[in-house]
Amino acid sequence: MQVVFLLEQVVNGLVLGGYYLLLALGLSLIFSVGGIVNLAHGAFYAIGAYLSLEIGHHFGFGAGVVLSPVAVGLLGILFERFLLRRFYTADPILSLLVTFGLAMVAEQVLRMVWGAAPLPSAMPAALKGNVTAGDFLFSRYRLLLLAIVLVVMTALWLLLHKTSFGRVVRAGVQRPDMVAALGIRLQPYMTAIVVLGVASAALGGALFGPITIVHPAMGTEIMTVAFVVVVIGGLGSFWGVVLAALLVGVVRGVTIHFAPAAGEASMYVLMFLVLMFRPRGLLGERIERFE
Amino acid sequence: MNTTRRHLLQGAAFAGVVGAPALLRAQTEKIKIGHLTPLTGFLGALGEYAVMGIKMATDEINAAGGVLGRQLDVMSEDSVNPQVASSKAQRMIERDNVTLLMGEINSASALTISQVAARNKKLFLSIGARSDALRGKDCNRYTFHVDIPVTVMVNAAGQALVRDGMVKGKRIFSLTADYLFGHDLSKAAKKFFAANGGEQIGDELVATDVTDFSPYLLKIRQARPDLVATNLAGNQVTNFVKQYAEFGLPYAVAGFNLNTADAWAAGEGNLGGIWPTVWHHELNTPGSKAFTAAFTKKHGKPPENHAWIEYVSLKIIAQAIDQTKSTDTDKLIAYFESEAQFDLLKARKGYFRSWDHQLMQEAYPFTVKAKGQAKDKWDFLKFGDAVPAANQPLDLLAPSKADSACKM
Repeated sequence: MQVVFLLEQVVNGLVLGGYYLLLALGLSLIFSVGGIVNLAHGAFYAIGAYLSLEIGHHFGFGAGVVLSPVAVGLLGILFERFLLRRFYTADPILSLLVTFGLAMVAEQVLRMVWGAAPLPSAMPAALKGNVTAGDFLFSRYRLLLLAIVLVVMTALWLLLHKTSFGRVVRAGVQRPDMVAALGIRLQPYMTAIVVLGVASAALGGALFGPITIVHPAMGTEIMTVAFVVVVIGGLGSFWGVVLAALLVGVVRGVTIHFAPAAGEASMYVLMFLVLMFRPRGLLGERIERFE
Repeated sequence: MNTTRRHLLQGAAFAGVVGAPALLRAQTEKIKIGHLTPLTGFLGALGEYAVMGIKMATDEINAAGGVLGRQLDVMSEDSVNPQVASSKAQRMIERDNVTLLMGEINSASALTISQVAARNKKLFLSIGARSDALRGKDCNRYTFHVDIPVTVMVNAAGQALVRDGMVKGKRIFSLTADYLFGHDLSKAAKKFFAANGGEQIGDELVATDVTDFSPYLLKIRQARPDLVATNLAGNQVTNFVKQYAEFGLPYAVAGFNLNTADAWAAGEGNLGGIWPTVWHHELNTPGSKAFTAAFTKKHGKPPENHAWIEYVSLKIIAQAIDQTKSTDTDKLIAYFESEAQFDLLKARKGYFRSWDHQLMQEAYPFTVKAKGQAKDKWDFLKFGDAVPAANQPLDLLAPSKADSACKM
């Protein structure tokens, strides 16, 4: 029986990892292409959750989940055009400061508009409840969430690896100068990557809002986990981030099974161990211009 | 800034010898009160209500001419965490020259502030912290406690659970917030279950920053208890009840701590079970009705229990200063220790028990209204009658002197 319990935690951890992935992938993408650690990534997650609630209030839950990432993606265009773009070649400290400041501003704006008290958020009653398969129990809503994550992940992978858009982006990660020499302007690609990144964060917020609490500091809370995942996975590696997200989810679940109090600490221990043996992360690529 | 004020005071003292008008000036200097409460983190939502409540009391008192003819100046700040709370308390005493300190929701922060207050021989009115230890082994002469302690919360909800046959002979699984308050709650709950024939089959610690409860939910399912009794705090409770509803587990849920703001945030259809509270906005007393009406008019939503408790706390301080005609710490302590009565907008008045400085007052169990009975999104909680009942002593549910570790 013990083995089944453990296995149940492992599977549940994989589901949770899928959700971390929505945030971590965007964070990793923006870093690999622009060289910017976007500390405001969590803010887009929070804005996504708030907007989906607002939209869902008027047009239904599904509309909120679809339209909120679109709206945040549009916000991402402004973010890239007027802010991030100025910092691609600047000292990394500057972009850290700017995005950190932006995260704080965003949190305060959310607090001013919607108040510090959490907003009530619930999933449609039809999605509540569980599905059992043998000894395993799954939340119906989380299975749907996992399916959505799989679709997003596959779409992103195809986009990056099977289209000309993806080829330019990947070339731009390694040798931006060469891409420029070939007469390709990287800037529109950068805008697109940032839009994709923040929109997937917003999708995470919209989907996770009904499970947890929609409150102004939710972005800051989730950033830590997203970061740990990116660092463990290795910057610039698509599969590294996927692997790390699943690993963090599983390690957390298994730790809570044996030592509940250590549950939240487990991912930092994991990060520590990975960095000790693989300083570049699990599947981190060597990116020349960041060395 | 400081030197200017000192010069002003010296000047005033000198002028006092010469003539009466300066006396008037010294009298009209504001009474400064340092107010610390968490405005961020897992208790931040409650802190926002706390500030609204104390602000309302301040405005009312000042509009009515202040206390002893002096206006109140309440400086509210985010206490962040126990370390920051402690250093801010020290700064408020040393640099801002506050008359007294009040506030807090986080029991661990209340503990550090109470130590600063004792060291500096200043009064600290601990408002929303509910740990038993604060009133027990960590009690001190300078700290008074307004909220109900965890023992009262456990007894208030526990009695209702016993009445419904959910304790005796039942297998109980607990989740406990991993900090001072949660540990205290867990201790009181275990004692209560043992005394009432319940069997505790598990108690898991949950870090305060946990937002995903799914691994815990799986453990609950594996244990197959009769009752899930939670000792969680702040956002944790909301996250837990929402995800419990999401997973659709069949076991009964109850808990010993749920603030109305956290219940509201759970959203309709997610909450169930029996919980305790110290006050609620549907309380049918003239005082509570007037307060709720004024608050709702100002903020567009009903007051949460932390808004109420901060409101009455400042009124308690105002009454004490007014009655003693003084802001002197020792005189205020003596007044509270005389077990003077305070209007808490409840059916019965409350008093600070002289030997452990905690306020004796009524509490209320609550459940959730049946589906479709809620008038609006604030209206899905169903509040029970006050405990102790009107014919019982007010300190019935509080720890007895024999059980308390408080020595002043």
